[in-house]
Amino acid sequence: MRAPRFEFLPLFRSVVVASLAACAGNAVADVTVYTTREPGLIQPILEQFTKDTGIKANTVLVKDGLLERVKAEGDKSPADVLMTVDIGNLIDLVQAGVTQPIESKVLNETIPANLRGTDGHWYSLSLRDRVAYVSTEVDVTELTYESLADPKWKGKFCTRSGQHPYNTGLIAAFIAHNGVEATEQWLRGLKANLGRKPTGGDRDVARDILGGICDVGIANAYYVGRMKNAEPGSDARKWGEAIRVVRPTFASDSSKGTHVNISGAAVARHAPNRNQAVKLLEYLVSEPAQALYANANYEYPVRAGVPLDPVVASFGTLVVDPLPLAEIAKHRKQASELVDKVGFDN
Amino acid sequence: MAEILQLEAVTLAYDTPQGRQGVVENLSLGLERGHIGCLLGASGCGKTTVLRAIAGFEPLRAGRIVLDGTVLSTVEFELEPEHRGVGMMFQDYALFPHLTVEKNIGFGLRRLDKAERARRVNDLLHLVGLEGTGRRYPHELSGGQQQRVALARALAPQPDLLLLDEPFSNLDIDTRERLAFEVRDILKATQHTALLVTHNQAEAFAIADRIGVMQKGVIAQWDTPYGLHHAPASTFVADFIRREALMAQRAQAYLRGEEAG
Amino acid sequence: MASITKTFPDKAQAASPPPASKRRTSSLRPSAGWSWRLGATLIALCVAAPIGALIWMALGGSLEHWQHLGQHVLPSALRNTAALLLGVGVLVACLGTGSAWLVTAYDFPTRRVLLWALLLPLAVPTYIVAFAYLDILHPLGPVQGLIRDVLGYDSPRQFRLPDLRALPGAIFLLGFVLYPYVYLSTRVMFATQAASLLEAGRILGQTRRGVFLRVALPLARPAIAVGVSLALLETLNDIGASEFLGVQTLTVSVYTTWITRSDLAGAAQIALAMVAIVVMLILLERHGRRHQRYANTQRMRPVQPERLSGARAALVMALCWFPIVIGFVAPALYLLGETIKHFETTGGVSAQLLQSGYNTVSIALLATLITVAAALVVTWAVRSAHTAKTRFMKLCSRVATVGYALPGTVLAIGMLLPIIGLDNALAWLMRPFTDTPPGLLLMGSTAALVGAYVIRFLAISVGSLESGLDRIPRSLEQASRLLGESPAGTLRRVHLPLLRPALGAAALLIFVDTMKELPATLLLRPVNFETLATWLYAEAARGTYEEGAVAALAIVVVGLLPVILLARHQLKSGH
Repeated sequence: MRAPRFEFLPLFRSVVVASLAACAGNAVADVTVYTTREPGLIQPILEQFTKDTGIKANTVLVKDGLLERVKAEGDKSPADVLMTVDIGNLIDLVQAGVTQPIESKVLNETIPANLRGTDGHWYSLSLRDRVAYVSTEVDVTELTYESLADPKWKGKFCTRSGQHPYNTGLIAAFIAHNGVEATEQWLRGLKANLGRKPTGGDRDVARDILGGICDVGIANAYYVGRMKNAEPGSDARKWGEAIRVVRPTFASDSSKGTHVNISGAAVARHAPNRNQAVKLLEYLVSEPAQALYANANYEYPVRAGVPLDPVVASFGTLVVDPLPLAEIAKHRKQASELVDKVGFDN
Repeated sequence: MAEILQLEAVTLAYDTPQGRQGVVENLSLGLERGHIGCLLGASGCGKTTVLRAIAGFEPLRAGRIVLDGTVLSTVEFELEPEHRGVGMMFQDYALFPHLTVEKNIGFGLRRLDKAERARRVNDLLHLVGLEGTGRRYPHELSGGQQQRVALARALAPQPDLLLLDEPFSNLDIDTRERLAFEVRDILKATQHTALLVTHNQAEAFAIADRIGVMQKGVIAQWDTPYGLHHAPASTFVADFIRREALMAQRAQAYLRGEEAG
Repeated sequence: MASITKTFPDKAQAASPPPASKRRTSSLRPSAGWSWRLGATLIALCVAAPIGALIWMALGGSLEHWQHLGQHVLPSALRNTAALLLGVGVLVACLGTGSAWLVTAYDFPTRRVLLWALLLPLAVPTYIVAFAYLDILHPLGPVQGLIRDVLGYDSPRQFRLPDLRALPGAIFLLGFVLYPYVYLSTRVMFATQAASLLEAGRILGQTRRGVFLRVALPLARPAIAVGVSLALLETLNDIGASEFLGVQTLTVSVYTTWITRSDLAGAAQIALAMVAIVVMLILLERHGRRHQRYANTQRMRPVQPERLSGARAALVMALCWFPIVIGFVAPALYLLGETIKHFETTGGVSAQLLQSGYNTVSIALLATLITVAAALVVTWAVRSAHTAKTRFMKLCSRVATVGYALPGTVLAIGMLLPIIGLDNALAWLMRPFTDTPPGLLLMGSTAALVGAYVIRFLAISVGSLESGLDRIPRSLEQASRLLGESPAGTLRRVHLPLLRPALGAAALLIFVDTMKELPATLLLRPVNFETLATWLYAEAARGTYEEGAVAALAIVVVGLLPVILLARHQLKSGH
């Protein structure tokens, strides 16, 4: 999905409207959310939140440059909650000093420790597992990430650009599990298996599997939910029906977990309504909210035991790779450099 | 008769990367009111530069230019071309292609009201023999006609001095001869003072009362056509004048020059 | 003869020079017209600033970081870019020159249509042609489906064409959409210069083909050089096609280095490499043109084409229509089909698309106005400068036009530093007045984007106005001045009316180019501000092609306008 790419747009982009910011935070018992995600996704959740708590939630869509904007706004910023996708982005927010730590038993009990900041600065709200799309014509039900570099997949492997954050996240996780050298070998193996240049989006993986260009690919699981639930007869539906989701694990790790990225939130450093912010976060991990969350984008809820969308449920239970996300984020730069070194995108 | 145009020790030069290149050196001449003068010489002798200096398009390095008592140019000072009271006819006619003949002629008559301007334009069209062509565009006219329009346009604001920059060079020989005489007639009739620049001796002798033979930036001799022919001041002038065979029209001009004394 | 009353404007009556306080110097002398020259200098500085900024930013990176780029990123990016340029260069030279020759030397059915139809691919930007063909030539797409039916295969797994997403695919697509640059310049040359040469060649016993190889081709070399360098500059500039087709060019590397890794210094370094290539391209073009004579402005005898019939005519027709089909007809039909499909299923366009369209048009209008005005300042300053100042003014003019050669990406990155500097300065100035920090005013508004458009496209208007002004002889100015009109009045009454066609052409070209622009727009637009091009890019990246096709179709339709202008010009010149 390309849209998140714009979320990574760099340092110097920010929006003028101080007045807009000022307006947003005026009312007393409101909470202001700066989000990089389409407001439509969580709008129903926020409406429910208001009904249940009486706190009104204002959303400001900041598609790109969330960090820059909050930084530029400084201590006058009306933002209470910052929501974004990708652990890298979230950690960037923390490291830039625009978040504040919070203590919440609810959050700590609901969210596994590896999916939140140990210092209480950031919290996952939903999981975006990076899985294998396998052609229905191929009889494979179990995979490890490592095995994808096997020569048996030569010319049959598809994925998007190695430099895309979704992929560098996975590669960073691989480094954390297996070390740099092994990762480099793995990448070279993957590259040799490519059926076509690594370009396009995650959905193109499904499309190219249907088109016979490849048999297996790496992509995010929630697209499959979207594709399989698309209009019957539409292209997206056809692509979805040509594939099966297999959740790979790390061969080197006995926990048999799948790599996930997340969408998450943090409380802004200068939040004018801190308490309301915490309440909102706690609400977002509650059962009803998580159920809505899961259905909004076919992502996997972070809370255990929440009913899943049937398509998502058909993938099986998600076992999350227990490696702390913060750990993974540390290897991001190395991952990106490895992609260059191996010439993966070439 | 007073001299209306005076060039006093005028020096003109270009600045090149190699340094200053002199074009005209210490040139002086005087032109009487109502007379038609001519600077005659081969290309590169500086005659056109002198004309441009009088018009205000060339700066002076030394000397000064005075017209009807007003100083036009000195080394420190230059009057803008639009305030000099000088008109000009160009080798390429320089008619404004996007304007009709009428609008061309009336271009310099902004200060007149519409009726007055229309009357003046009509008079001029009549003067140059182009009645009825007012609504046409320059590209619809022949070369000779265009040059007449140019004359009318230049005369419209009643300039003190009319400059002619090789105005007949772009015309064929027959038109050239005919037009040269006509222009002289018109100028004499309207009593305009004019200065012509050309390399063509036939034109010079056909039109001018006074001719200055130029060589390398200096006037070798400024005299009547008769004087040039009978009393050349140097061997250069003598050779220059004698170089072309006498043709019938030159004999005419020669005679006229003799008559005017 | 009627008496003519004297009403010339008053002159000073004094016999000696007026006192110093009243002295004025002619505006055709160096010291007057300073405001125009100041304006021109400022404009030139604005254009030169990005390059200076690039160098500054590039020097900011750490050593190890340079090492990484130099070892792992630059070499392959350079290789890919070089290969792409070479391939596209050869392809456009062949297609452009070949088609120009065929329509000049031969007569066959539909020849008159081809004269302007060969320009049609100009309406299709590079990213749109990639966008369209990714679908058209996909194994699941119409072409391969047809081939499979014909050959009797059921599934793409049984039979598949090689994937378009590779260097050869990129060369193919870019070649077929950029060849009109070469076609245009060589066609003009053939049509105006070739007649007598052709006849001389024929008399000397050469066949048509011999004449082509020995006479026409060498004659056309300068024109080919110009056309090819324009096409290659476009190739270098492209972001959409290279990225969609998986070719890691320098431009793509700039994007990934900056956007994905937030590494501005690295991006600046790659951008400088691109500048080096641009300089080489310009030198190449100059070298190719070194023997060019100026076009003869007298009426030229048109070449007498040889009439063809039967199989030969059909062959030549096919050869000439082929590039048009690939470069324009196929993508346009595809976009039209998708648009119709979209309207059938959803019955309308999204608000976002409409908003993008509105943004695109308004920003294009603004950019056009400013660019044309700036060009007027620059060209008029050159025109009215005198002797010593002329060289400097000409330099300013050259610098001002450098923006066109700069790829949009390079320009955008180069502009960041100056703009942020300006933003900080503005914020500092505004501190006493406001409580809240104003944020980044310029970066956050469309000012930066419009600025980039102006710098990038100034060359078009300067070029158009320059040649328009060149066609106005100096004697017209002089005549106007001597008739009592001031320099400003002369500009207004003489030059501007005569420049109307040049101004109009420039405005149209800039408007369309602005609407099509993608690379700089992606980087400099304010948050949540989409143009048709960026919106289309986002749709393509997301894999939702349907509504993207509507935006693409809109861009192509608008892109047809300058093609029509060029076509009319071609037809009017009677060839």
